[in-house]
Amino acid sequence: MAPLKASPRPAVVPPPAPIPVTLTVNGVERTLHLAPWTTLLDALRLHLELTGTKKGCDHGQCGACTVLVDGRRINACLTLAAMQDGRKVTTIEGLTTGDSLHPLQDAFIEHDAFQCGYCTPGQICSAAGLIAEGKATTDDEIRELMSGNLCRCGAYPNIVAAIRQAMTIAGPKAEGAP
Amino acid sequence: MTAIPSIPGFLKEPNGPIGKPVSRVDGRKKVTGDAHYAAEFTLPDLAHGYIVSSAIARGRITRIDASAALALPGVIHVFTHENRPSLAWFDRKWKDDDAPKGSPFRPLYDAEIHHALQPVALVIAESFELARYAARLVHIEYEAAPHQTDLRANRANTFTPGKDKGGFEPPPKPRGNPEQAFLDSPVQVDAEFTQAAEYHNPMEMHATTVLHHDDGTLTVHDKTQGAQNCHTYICNVFGLSKSAVRVMSPFVGGAFGSGLRPQHQLFMAMLAATQLKRSIRVELSRPQMFSFGHRPETIQRVALGAERDGTLRALIHEAVQESSQNENYVEIVVNWSGQQYACDNVRLDYKLTRLDVHTPLDQRAPGAATGVPALEIAMDELAFKLGMDPLELRLKNYAETDPNTGTPFSSKELRACFRQGAERFGWAKRSPAPRSMREGRELIGWGMAAGVWDAMQGQAAAKAVLGVDGKLVVSSATADIGTGTYTVMTQIAADVLGLPIEEVTFCLGDSSLPTAPIEGGSWTVSTVGSAVKAVCDRVRSQLFTLAGKLEDNPLKGVAEADVLFADGHLIVRDDRSRRLSITDVMRGSGTLSIEEEARALPYLLARARHTFATHSAVFVEVRVDEDLGTIRVARVVSAIAAGRIINPKTARSQIQGAVVWGIGMGLEEEAFTDHRLGRVMNHDYAEYHVPVNADVPDIDVLFVEEHDDMVNALGAKGVGEIGIVGVPAAIANAIHHATGVRVRDFPITLDKVLAGLR
Amino acid sequence: MRSFTYARADSAADAVGRAGASGTAFVAGGTNLLDLMKADVARPGGLIDISRLPLDRIEETAGGGLRLGALARNADTAYDERVQTRYPMLSKAILAGASAQLRNMATNGGNLLQRTRCYYFYDTATPCNKREPGSGCGAIGGVNRIHAILGASDQCIAVHPSDLCVALAALDAVVQVRGPDGERSIPFAEFHRLPGDRPEIDTTLRPGDLVTSIDLPAKGFAEHSTYLKIRDRASYAFALVSVAAGLELDGGTVRDARLALGGVAHKPWRDPEAEAALIGKPAAPDSFRAAARVLLRDAKGHEHNSFKIELAERAIVRALSEAADRKGASHP
Ligand SMILES: Cc1cc2nc3c(=O)[nH]c(=O)nc-3n(C[C@H](O)[C@H](O)[C@H](O)COP(=O)(O)OP(=O)(O)OC[C@H]3O[C@@H](n4cnc5c(N)ncnc54)[C@H](O)[C@@H]3O)c2cc1C
Ligand code: SF4
Ligand code: FES
Ligand code: FES
Repeated sequence: MAPLKASPRPAVVPPPAPIPVTLTVNGVERTLHLAPWTTLLDALRLHLELTGTKKGCDHGQCGACTVLVDGRRINACLTLAAMQDGRKVTTIEGLTTGDSLHPLQDAFIEHDAFQCGYCTPGQICSAAGLIAEGKATTDDEIRELMSGNLCRCGAYPNIVAAIRQAMTIAGPKAEGAP
Repeated sequence: MTAIPSIPGFLKEPNGPIGKPVSRVDGRKKVTGDAHYAAEFTLPDLAHGYIVSSAIARGRITRIDASAALALPGVIHVFTHENRPSLAWFDRKWKDDDAPKGSPFRPLYDAEIHHALQPVALVIAESFELARYAARLVHIEYEAAPHQTDLRANRANTFTPGKDKGGFEPPPKPRGNPEQAFLDSPVQVDAEFTQAAEYHNPMEMHATTVLHHDDGTLTVHDKTQGAQNCHTYICNVFGLSKSAVRVMSPFVGGAFGSGLRPQHQLFMAMLAATQLKRSIRVELSRPQMFSFGHRPETIQRVALGAERDGTLRALIHEAVQESSQNENYVEIVVNWSGQQYACDNVRLDYKLTRLDVHTPLDQRAPGAATGVPALEIAMDELAFKLGMDPLELRLKNYAETDPNTGTPFSSKELRACFRQGAERFGWAKRSPAPRSMREGRELIGWGMAAGVWDAMQGQAAAKAVLGVDGKLVVSSATADIGTGTYTVMTQIAADVLGLPIEEVTFCLGDSSLPTAPIEGGSWTVSTVGSAVKAVCDRVRSQLFTLAGKLEDNPLKGVAEADVLFADGHLIVRDDRSRRLSITDVMRGSGTLSIEEEARALPYLLARARHTFATHSAVFVEVRVDEDLGTIRVARVVSAIAAGRIINPKTARSQIQGAVVWGIGMGLEEEAFTDHRLGRVMNHDYAEYHVPVNADVPDIDVLFVEEHDDMVNALGAKGVGEIGIVGVPAAIANAIHHATGVRVRDFPITLDKVLAGLR
Repeated sequence: MRSFTYARADSAADAVGRAGASGTAFVAGGTNLLDLMKADVARPGGLIDISRLPLDRIEETAGGGLRLGALARNADTAYDERVQTRYPMLSKAILAGASAQLRNMATNGGNLLQRTRCYYFYDTATPCNKREPGSGCGAIGGVNRIHAILGASDQCIAVHPSDLCVALAALDAVVQVRGPDGERSIPFAEFHRLPGDRPEIDTTLRPGDLVTSIDLPAKGFAEHSTYLKIRDRASYAFALVSVAAGLELDGGTVRDARLALGGVAHKPWRDPEAEAALIGKPAAPDSFRAAARVLLRDAKGHEHNSFKIELAERAIVRALSEAADRKGASHP
């Protein structure tokens, strides 16, 4: 079988013009002028230089880009920044208050719930979302509801242990997400 | 009897940080988003690169038309083989520390296509999105040539490689008369095993950011396991002076071998930065993560012959693996089979086939992860035929010395692994017959396997600077790819000098630091740790000497060997009231800082006369749905013998992570190639399955006591790889125990079990 | 991703009006469309953001059923108490799909319209009739582990990847649509189509049609139902085979039955004959197997997916047995 012949050349349309997008990121209102093709993830990483949120696939397949929008966890790579206009975005940088870490951050360190650290911000934001959702009470439920966050280093058992600990502190239904 | 080298005394201070479960010193950075990876550095003039990948597997480019891309405002340039500058000519300039024999792949070299997804153009634009868009507009025409990507179809077309890659010796000569011994053996196993190609797929996609400074120098942030390896490579390829470039990789988002060689995104970013004199970032996409090295697909045969009492009489292990057309990648998967069990008649055979693929690349425990499971399944099959407990069979054939070389092991506590692992797992309660344990519709299976990995050591240097404030900075150009290097080196330094962990900083991932080799092969603790110890020993001696010059020195008359370093003090071992703080020594002697550099070498003599290896015994419980064939790993116990464990917390994580890799290898990971197209088709994280959280049970790791004076000054072997070896076999063996179905093709997906259950 | 314009619709009418322009697409959760745009598979010239339209409610219908807003998030639908108690198989199906994050973004309407996960469809360097009509089907004779065993054509053997839709098919849902010519209802069985010789067309929607809701009839088989999903890892993977099963029992006898399969065809697969084969039979493995065989009578495998035929049979038996055995109303 031959590979696909080059398809008819598509029309060359100039890049889209920037539009204003206002986001409240970690409590601070930011207005950006972004071309609509900018994803929320790239807006954070490239335009706001908040590189704590990671890109592991750019296609919704790994969870490294997990942030909280209006308190709910989502994959920042599969939404446009413009689609989130006016919303509150919390990233890993926003979980810390002053010098003190979020209980999940403490628990992740204590349980060695990461190795390379690349999936970690996504895991922690996802766990904050999970706790806020209040649907997981057992370890198996944590495992299932954290399965949208790959960890190629394989830190899963420690991730579960860390979340369990933070959950006990926060209480299952407590406000895990700011 | 072998001469035992004199080992510098160590661990005289029993309460030092070595051996403590210290939390990662870089932990706070990683949980707050403050750890910055290769794509996370910038300068105002940064432009973005996007790579165009080949649509064909072999042939040539007949036309490239980038005019549509270049017509877009904001597109700066499109690099192709047609317009690239002239670069280094000789192959040796393109070699790197992990290059096998052959001629390394050169990106954008000419019109030839050697493998699918080969980078064929680089678009540079003012924004990432624009570069990606423009990359779609680069029009490329190809003339395809026939390709070969199918290992099975080419398995007869092999050659025998030599010592074509560092760290891998060709198989030893056959011993005894294996063919005859096999035929004469009353009990035989002879089976074929296959292992699918796997891609490393670290979470962080490969990326390079080159920062172009006003003075023309470059800082290169690259995803690599060896900043100096990349530094040498780009200086050679681009003809740059060593001082004009600095390669940094302080944080690496996983690698597992993918960063052992400079990958093409580094070349691409450097090409653009040097040509355009701008800062450039090039990040691969996830599909492009399937465009370079991988764990090669393998076909193996293992034949075992034994007496009825289980004594191994014959062991034959043959393997055929794929390599590329341009290099001889070898991982000699068969060698551990000759080392693991006592057997007089052994033949190990290893061959390569050339395919039109990118050169394979070391992936976590390269060779052993593929070869040992084949042997360990065959051992399970043999035990089954003999009606013998699989653990008993392994003890029966336990190798006291390395049968491949006849040399003793520097240490080998595999027996303890078997015993302690079995006890923790409850192995004694196993009912031997397949399909004899169940719960509801789930068949329960218990399987085990042994593992082995080399305990290597290279050469490294380290530098230490102790300030008058008692703060110590130690550095070496090694890497921390999640392995815990920062933490472990900090512990070693703190231990030697008796400093609190917080007073010690370890720097790595910077080509300008003292020389260290690529971080791979589980040799970093051994290699760099020894250098760190050596340099801190020097600082320690300096401090002692300086103390001796103080007027009211409370240590007067005490030999150095009788002085403890603890709590930031020099303390007389037998009279702890006689003590002096490090800062007092520094101030009293008017020393602003002590600076030392040291290099550590392996104990060559001991290494020549011993075999150095880590060992493991892994026990797995699987649950197999008897109707659907779905497999769940329910429990894992991994018992590890790896010498002294510097940090049980991070070491445990290494083993757990490697077990997760073993689960992936055993059950999930497989690159599907369409051989008509010569292309891997499931090139993303959605369809190339790696384990998710729900696939992974609690993993019980235990480290057995293993004392080793010969391995290095720390007595520590590495733990980065041993954890995966054996896991796929233990899973396969457990599946057989659960179902009676023997699957010899990894990964064991449910359809393979189902076929046997019918 | 190619260049496109972006506009937010402020009403359903506005959305439908704007959709008139050719090359435009609605974006709701974005989890499938943006994925395909980045892969250069979808190339809309304009996006109409419908995510904020007030079509996100879950409401009672006059007929005693539930109306699921097209823009209600998959997660909100799955965790809705009424859905959980009255349509447990639907809740279970949704929660078996994607990940928690994706379910927080994905909308019900978008889930219906998500496109296949066929490897070739996603890789623009390879032939694919669905992506590039007339270019050939890469999967036939290629890598086809995840492909169809039922209802395929010699043009395309792709499967519809949704879990939610399998349950909707079993439940006889009705898709409410607002188009340039007004509103209409599409029975679920008629919503997705088979590939035939036009594999590029997935559904019977017409250009500019906006899905406004999905209506569930009153009958939810809450007493005896389940959703079973079989995949290559425990979570975050598409179905190799999935089964939505609902039974109405009269003692030990089947009074009514619903059976829909995912991962096996270009649309959620239902077969009236297989369901009829269950009626009046004892709720026991033998009848379940007989029905499975009816359903799979024309199944055809390819190089890598023939195992799905046997797997589907076993999965049907298991799902129906589970549905018969236990009340499906327990929370998933
Ligand atoms: C990694 C990954 C794993 C996944 N796993 C699963 C899984 O296991 N099971 C499963 O079921 N799904 C799975 N999904 C798919 C996911 O459920 C869908 O992407 C999602 O449901 C689509 O909804 P959306 O709102 O995001 O759609 P969008 O991406 O916004 O839109 C999808 C399509 O629908 C059209 N559209 C959207 N809303 C309307 C409307 N109201 N009227 C008309 N047209 C409309 C859009 O124009 C577009 O063509 C997975 C996705 C990813 C990325
Ligand atoms: S199966 Fe359908 S979607 Fe896949 S390659 Fe063939 S035509 Fe394309
Ligand atoms: S980067 Fe968003 S899910 Fe992978
Ligand atoms: S810590 Fe490396 S991927 Fe999770």
